[in-house]
Amino acid sequence: MTDLTGYPRSDGRKGIRNVVAVAYLVECAHHVAREITVPFGDRAVHLVGFPGCYPNAYAHRILEAVCTHPNVGAVLLVSLGCESFARGRLAQAIAASGRPVETLVIQERGGTRATVAEGRSWVASVLPALESAERVPMGIDELVVGTICGGSDATSGLTANPAIGLAFDRLAAEGAACIFEETGELIGCEAMLARRSVTRELAAEVVACVEKARRWYDAMGHGSFASGNAEGELTTQEEKSLGAYAKSGSGPLHGLIKPGDVPPRGGLYLLDVVPDGEVKWGFPNIVDNAEIGELIACGSHVILFATGRGSVVGSAISPVVKVCGNPETYARLADDMDVNAGAVLSGTVDLAAVGEQIHRLTLEVAAGAKTRSEDLGHREFILTYKSFEPIGPACLPVR
Amino acid sequence: MKLDVLQIHPDDNVGVAVRPLRAGTRVACGGTAFDLAQDVRLGAKLALRPLRAGECVVKYGEPIGTLTADVPLGGYVHTHNLESDYLRTWARGELLPAPAPPTAGARRPAYRPPR
Repeated sequence: MTDLTGYPRSDGRKGIRNVVAVAYLVECAHHVAREITVPFGDRAVHLVGFPGCYPNAYAHRILEAVCTHPNVGAVLLVSLGCESFARGRLAQAIAASGRPVETLVIQERGGTRATVAEGRSWVASVLPALESAERVPMGIDELVVGTICGGSDATSGLTANPAIGLAFDRLAAEGAACIFEETGELIGCEAMLARRSVTRELAAEVVACVEKARRWYDAMGHGSFASGNAEGELTTQEEKSLGAYAKSGSGPLHGLIKPGDVPPRGGLYLLDVVPDGEVKWGFPNIVDNAEIGELIACGSHVILFATGRGSVVGSAISPVVKVCGNPETYARLADDMDVNAGAVLSGTVDLAAVGEQIHRLTLEVAAGAKTRSEDLGHREFILTYKSFEPIGPACLPVR
Repeated sequence: MKLDVLQIHPDDNVGVAVRPLRAGTRVACGGTAFDLAQDVRLGAKLALRPLRAGECVVKYGEPIGTLTADVPLGGYVHTHNLESDYLRTWARGELLPAPAPPTAGARRPAYRPPR
């Protein structure tokens, strides 16, 4: 059994990593921010940011949630100067959380070279304290685990997703908060999800949010379905959905949250990632890392990523565990994969054993073990324009 | 005997190849047996009884779309004969679907490029 420990934060949560986040507040500051991180190599200095120049309440909320995520110990904000992002408000929120924070405005600091030099020296000044910080005991009931599937094929729903579902059932029973997402990949599963909802009011919210996803994707003229899904023998959206749905396990559904909402207690939560209101700004999730970023904004310490075709991504801020459903993919990309769930198809191991392996690995990663994507230096992050209404009271039934 | 095709749920009318299979392979699955008519990839869906155009394909015990053509016992089911009941499937190389006609009240763009 793994003894979990974490870095205590002022809001009561605990982190399993102690990262310096370097956040660009507009694409024009991206290069400078990235240059600041370069000399730190594989030390925990991660690049995050938002590219747009126009303000967006959702993007502000997500970036603030990421910068005050329990895995983050200090934050450097990098602004060009003339963009609309409310950098002062973001810096105040980070400072109020007790984290060291500095804001560098490129137009005021004298340009690229001067800002990069100042940024590097600030990071170098805070990093040693984060690296030597004491960890304190942490319970499984303080852990938030997110799951996503990407590069799905016909094996995802046979092996990787149901194995993650078994791990989710056990983690949720042990008190962890477990979040699954992508309502566009639950199209066709709404009746089953409604039956698992702990109240009828929550069931109605879940059905409505899947219907919203269907409307949105209809307007886009394209479901959450990529070319590789069909090459991987998935034929329809609802077939892909039924495979993706298996990640949620078999336990009761305790709530429906939106990006930036942190689950109030343990249990199983559905994250609604499709924007509210009229269809604008394009696809709900342009790529898997957009959803991973949202799972992290909801407090996820670890992400369990099921793949069939073979995604290689990781993420900034929270480690990503890759569960490969397809034995042929595993044979080609073993170096990128943490779990070979496809072995179930050759009969050498059963699904329950893979579920246990994922459960054990989740706790080991939470205790500090590096995932393959962390080891390979994957730190993807993407944040785009969206808008959401707050969730209603029926979405989080009181228990 | 090594399992070649898996019926995930007893209500399923298709089985799933759990490894690549060659044409001529004798398959026993879901209370039926057939000789494979073609090579198939890992994950391929194969009809466990003769299916008619307009029938639902059932996998995981749930409908996954409607057939656009008849499929014989053991026949291969994929994008050439199965359509979503929700959203159109798009694959690389295929043309993007034509834009939906404007709904009532929607404004047409002021400028339309000449053909």
